[in-house]
Amino acid sequence: MPLSEDGAALRLMDDDDVAVALRPLAAGASVRFGGGPGVSLATAIPTGHKFATRPIAGGALIRKYGQVIGRATGPIAAGEHVHVHNVEGTRGRGDLAEPFDKLRMTRA
Amino acid sequence: MSDRTFLGYKRANGTVGVRNHVVVLPSVMCANHVVELIGRKVPDVITIGHPTGCSQVGADFEQTKRTMAGFAANPNVAAVLIVGLGCETNESKALAEEIAARGQRVEVIGIQESGGTTETIARGVAIAQGLLREAAAHERTECPVSALIVGTECGGSDGFSGITANPALGYSSDRIVAEGGTVILAEVPELVGAEHLLAARATEPVAAKLYEMIERVEARARAMHVDIRGGNPTQGNIAGGLTTIEEKSLGAAYKGGSTALREVVEYAERPSERGLVVMDTPGQDIEQLTGMIAGGAQVVVFTTGRGTPTGSPIAPVIKVATNTTMFERMRENMDVNAGTIVDGSRTLEQVGDEIFDWIIEAANGREPAAEALGFRDFAINRIGPSF
Repeated sequence: MPLSEDGAALRLMDDDDVAVALRPLAAGASVRFGGGPGVSLATAIPTGHKFATRPIAGGALIRKYGQVIGRATGPIAAGEHVHVHNVEGTRGRGDLAEPFDKLRMTRA
Repeated sequence: MSDRTFLGYKRANGTVGVRNHVVVLPSVMCANHVVELIGRKVPDVITIGHPTGCSQVGADFEQTKRTMAGFAANPNVAAVLIVGLGCETNESKALAEEIAARGQRVEVIGIQESGGTTETIARGVAIAQGLLREAAAHERTECPVSALIVGTECGGSDGFSGITANPALGYSSDRIVAEGGTVILAEVPELVGAEHLLAARATEPVAAKLYEMIERVEARARAMHVDIRGGNPTQGNIAGGLTTIEEKSLGAAYKGGSTALREVVEYAERPSERGLVVMDTPGQDIEQLTGMIAGGAQVVVFTTGRGTPTGSPIAPVIKVATNTTMFERMRENMDVNAGTIVDGSRTLEQVGDEIFDWIIEAANGREPAAEALGFRDFAINRIGPSF
């Protein structure tokens, strides 16, 4: 598996925007993949959670497993925790559907 | 292809069971208590309770009836006693006929017809004892792995599910398919965002049906005007590191392995093809488990990151932990530790082989944790309101 040099994180595909912490990672820790520049973690990353391995523009699609897992709700810096606070789903978003016809719903 | 076999129960209808249970099933929730009292007097039977069977219409009623019939006719069941009330939508004799049509040994009694609960219990006890005597005559004989339908499930997923346990289960699924067996991949809401990967491995009509099922999920979310995040992924999934349904789905789809998608079936529908099959179940663990077993699965493999103890009344459910921390914390509820893949002590293939071996051993009679602990979870997926 494409592990970071210290084995503490896993980037599933080389072109992914995120990597997964395989153990708790401390804020400020540096994580390097395959001789590339190190990414300094902005905050602590809990086990199983993701961090950005490169800057992600606000509104950009985010890839893990080489596939789209969601969209950035704002710019995300390399090393930042990537989770529900800065990523929205692109699927199952019934909340974005046309609003209810409230009159019709409330009429007896 | 190997010559792996297991010792199973060959049923008259050509299916093969890995257990030999006698089940007492209420056709309607009004018979639950009588069923429970029969079970207290005849503890060797498996009793089921549920909140369905009346005031249901249309596709919702059909699905409930199909689930009960399929569950009762699962080859792990030697015989079934249906207990009805007498006035329910899910008329007990019609249910029994449906079960008999699937080639299952079935008896039926009704509370109103028997003249009350005491007499129904007395009749039920006598019938159940007789069915147990019949079942005891069945013996295990050598059966090919191709006779197995293996259900796959993930529940309480976390950020490791798509890295360790699900890919390892996928490796095992490929081995089952290579032996001519069948693997069910389900929980369709947890395929949203990964459906294109499965569709690419399917014929055009099968892919079209898969896309239709995915669209049903998103249409329901639109009709309710909700983001499904929070319901799925759950708060526990999110705490475990999963951010969106797409991310969860991409990890979940690994359970099915890498073979061609052969068929897409409805909830509790028995596959007609061998190989990898998708069943339309919700992600809700117990409804999914019940649907796959009603569709004929004799063994289920269940991966979990957060740790869930769920088990079926009639089928062994093998638990695979995605991480070592939870495996050790909930040791009594887990069977396989896929956390060893990230710990570096075992490869994905080695864990996949352990899962495959566990499936064969469970088919031979070995009890995984959920079965040994006596779990009897059962829930039917409702798709309409009660009237």
